[in-house]
Amino acid sequence: MSEPIQYGPAKLLPGDQIRITTNPNTEPFWEAAKEHRLTACQCASCGHFRMPPSPYCPECSSTEVNWPTLPGTGTVYSFAVCNKNPATGEDYIYVPVVVDIDGAPGTRLNANVTGCNAEDVHIGMKVAVEWTDIQDGWVLPNFRKV
Amino acid sequence: MAWANQDKTAIVGIGATDYYVRGKSWPRTINDMAGEAILKACEDAGISIKDIDGFAYYSTAGAGYLDKFDTASLMETLGMPNISFSATLTSGGGGCPGAIGLATAGLMNEDCKYVVTLMALQQLPQHRLGVVFGAAAPSPENSFLQPSGLVGPGHLMSVLARRHMHLYGTTQDAFGEIVMATRANTHNRPKAVRKAPLSKEEYDASVMLADPLRRLDFCLETDGAVAVITTTMDRAKDCRHKPAVVHACAHGGQREWGRAFAWMGMPDPYFSSSGHKFTADRVWAQSGLSAKDMDVALIYDHFSPMVLMQLEDYGFCEKGEGNDYVLSGKIRYDAEAQGGVNGGVPVNTHGGNLNEAYIIGMTHIVEGVEQVRGTAINQVKDAEFALVSGGPASLPVSSLILRSA
Repeated sequence: MSEPIQYGPAKLLPGDQIRITTNPNTEPFWEAAKEHRLTACQCASCGHFRMPPSPYCPECSSTEVNWPTLPGTGTVYSFAVCNKNPATGEDYIYVPVVVDIDGAPGTRLNANVTGCNAEDVHIGMKVAVEWTDIQDGWVLPNFRKV
Repeated sequence: MAWANQDKTAIVGIGATDYYVRGKSWPRTINDMAGEAILKACEDAGISIKDIDGFAYYSTAGAGYLDKFDTASLMETLGMPNISFSATLTSGGGGCPGAIGLATAGLMNEDCKYVVTLMALQQLPQHRLGVVFGAAAPSPENSFLQPSGLVGPGHLMSVLARRHMHLYGTTQDAFGEIVMATRANTHNRPKAVRKAPLSKEEYDASVMLADPLRRLDFCLETDGAVAVITTTMDRAKDCRHKPAVVHACAHGGQREWGRAFAWMGMPDPYFSSSGHKFTADRVWAQSGLSAKDMDVALIYDHFSPMVLMQLEDYGFCEKGEGNDYVLSGKIRYDAEAQGGVNGGVPVNTHGGNLNEAYIIGMTHIVEGVEQVRGTAINQVKDAEFALVSGGPASLPVSSLILRSA
């Protein structure tokens, strides 16, 4: 097997190239992000968390939801190391991570991680939210190594 | 309990165009290639195009990533007088072999007599899958995934592979062995895109596109078309070749897999799987068979780690043992003995999506048909049962067991 690659610092993708869209089910998540508050969609009837936000609780079929303020921390569940900016095709080291979100069991966010070299990212690594301004005034939760 | 429609239908015709490297099929059009595949499948079956009265598509009737098949357009182009069944499975390439089950549903309902299942693919620069994913403004749902820069299918599946490596100690050497073992099956195939033998040194030198996956772990990008024709067993007996009998066929999946890598919410152990466990259990229950009963396995190989995870989900080995199973040579084809190696079941004797051509799964069905007919280029001796699987992706995924007549 070949030697592990030394990539160097894991960078966030530039916010000015990132767009999102919302709908009435997802908008409260993104409105909270504008206030730098990490939340997740929780059923107000049975307490089950679900992400992305959707119109019905898959456990009890309720449409009532809460948007609790979460600690803003999590654990890397898995990741890839990518080396091209998807918008420009230029060399660019970024690490998409799938993060288990603290305080919202069973939910994950997909984001970038920074604050370490790409080759040092590992499953089980603790991370904290890092807010990135993106297009149209929205704010994206990314993560930084704790 | 045995499936009520077991051995009631058969694939009787297969047809394909040449396989072109991505974008090289121009100035042919996608309907030109689709028509060639359908007409060749009719000729192979020994029937007239005028006999075709059904279409069972998959991938939401997609023709590649941006085009759609339309039954009325195909009638207008090819001249079938009547159509009495026109249906598709939803989602993407996961449904490929499941479309033969859909054809069987139409035939058993006496809606139709001869059903075409079809894929055509023409990847002009604006049609490339990675570009398609990345260029679209994300939907509200995809706004929870695309901003992470996981824009291509290789990015997405590298995250699943990484988790499998973490949980079970799976190595990149096993991914390499999957590519090399199936590459070894294309040297004698005139239409294959990649025919040169592949060494471990060449694999290790392949550029890392989405660590832990290298370029050679990604399947080919191909243009071309493939069509197959399914009919009832009584009609199949009058066709030109020995029928490839539809012994079991299932599509679907479970919520824990769901939208899969378009979601990334799958709990362990589903996250680092192919999402095929539910469908695998169904075809084994339908048939009373298990992995060890298969003579050959045509496993959808868009990315090499997903072959390893399907081997686990179908029970060729235990969950978590795919690495050792693959590295012990058990997916290889022994040309001299016309069989497996080290007690394994040969996988992708046609070279698969990684080496022969990528027509979103249809080449696996064609190889399954040729194996149970006894006419495959890399024939498994006396092959009675062939397993064909669809692409690990958002539900439905699917699988098919073909039996020799």
